[in-house]
Amino acid sequence: MNIIEVKNLEKKFKTIDAVKKINFTINQNQTLALLGPNGCGKTTTIGMLLGLITPTSGQIFINEQELNYKDHQFLNIMNFASPYVELPKKLTVLENLKIYGRMYLIKNLKEKVEQLIEDLNLKTFLNKKTGELSSGQKNRVSLAKSLINDPKILLLDEPTASLDPDTGDYVRSYLEKYKKDKDISILLASHNMSEVTRLSDYVLMMKEGQIIDHGKANDLINKHGRENLEQVFLKLVREKNEY
Amino acid sequence: MNIKRSSSLMLRHFYLIRSSFPRIFDLIYWPTVQIILWGFVSKFFTMYSDYFNNVAGVILSAAILYDFLFRSSISYNMLFLEEIWSRNIINLFVSPLRISEIIFALTSSALIRTMIGLVPAALIAIPLFGISIFELGIPLILLLFSLYLFGVTLGLLVTAGLVRFGPSFENVAWASLFFIAPLGCIYYPVEILPSWVQPIALGLPLAHIFEETRNILVNQSVNFTNIYYAIFLNLIYLTIAISIFYKSFASAKRNGSLINIGE
Repeated sequence: MNIIEVKNLEKKFKTIDAVKKINFTINQNQTLALLGPNGCGKTTTIGMLLGLITPTSGQIFINEQELNYKDHQFLNIMNFASPYVELPKKLTVLENLKIYGRMYLIKNLKEKVEQLIEDLNLKTFLNKKTGELSSGQKNRVSLAKSLINDPKILLLDEPTASLDPDTGDYVRSYLEKYKKDKDISILLASHNMSEVTRLSDYVLMMKEGQIIDHGKANDLINKHGRENLEQVFLKLVREKNEY
Repeated sequence: MNIKRSSSLMLRHFYLIRSSFPRIFDLIYWPTVQIILWGFVSKFFTMYSDYFNNVAGVILSAAILYDFLFRSSISYNMLFLEEIWSRNIINLFVSPLRISEIIFALTSSALIRTMIGLVPAALIAIPLFGISIFELGIPLILLLFSLYLFGVTLGLLVTAGLVRFGPSFENVAWASLFFIAPLGCIYYPVEILPSWVQPIALGLPLAHIFEETRNILVNQSVNFTNIYYAIFLNLIYLTIAISIFYKSFASAKRNGSLINIGE
């Protein structure tokens, strides 16, 4: 079943074509990775899926219902995490989780917060101000916020950027387990190719607003005769435009 | 609109204020300093001017009311700027919070912040200068309500600018009330202004609010026409401001500035 279906999605900013009529679907319990160089349209695509950017043309269907930018209800089943978006620094971890729980109208909020504290190992710094946490701790809190509403669709923008290998591995393992347990769909934008190879079920390669290739990570590696996804990425982004 | 969802944003600002003594101090400090300063200015006029018998009361009451307006508008802007500065704004926009719920949360939180500043300042003025704005009686509620509406209107317009143009619009947030103060006739009657400026001043609710404040304090009578006119003008401006706020959101979504607002 398609959780997200994108049809001929296009975004023009004045004279710049940021996203050029792209099409893709994300199925239930699937992780789709968006790969591409800076400025290729990944953030704009995520922005349109989250209702932060109005498309110039095209359609987005969430759970087979066309996304209505005037009605924010679709955001109840989605959530988003990025190291570039932070939670209020002066508030404690617990206060932040309570606030976002209320914002998503979570029933049994206390139990939900306790469960996230347990799952993501937040107990030792629960009453610390979020701004005083290490990058790894902030990342886990941000992840907890993004799971507060038990989202059916999780959008992650470089979820392990700036994390040490151990914490990065912890986050990836947690996401793998969470997806399996909760049967959710994930859209992942990342520049970490080993992360994409490990987490994604399907990869979309973007360049200059277009999808230039797509497939399973291993299929793309074999198709392009390379050893890993990073080499595929480099080949595709350095190729002359033939699409 | 969902009050619970909206209250989450209010709770966020309550936690912020509660956790920071400098923030509480800042809220109380400036109105208090303002009142003490104007209290001494008023006392000076009382001793050396025969224009009004109760010049101190008139000036100090106007200062307190102006500060209430200033605080309500600045509080509104500050609440929104706090979200930008903390890089939390995208988290709010990707939540199911509706624009109406954001407006409600900011409006209610701004009132609480303003009252935290106003109440101590107004109480200090009683023993220190023997002047109480509570002498304005029941109309005080209507005057404060009217000032609050205008403060929120200015706050909405500046916030709309922040949404549309980003944090660079921040300077306008600070300057907005200083631009409008001369036309507000806070410390002087409308007749003091050049004749061609007077219709512009009368088109603002402030002139009617402060005109009526002076009328109550000097003539000991209430002209409700001024109060109703101020509220009527306020409702017109507020409606326009809400409409501009919605339009700036739509515009920011079209040009992509919403996604970059926190950077």
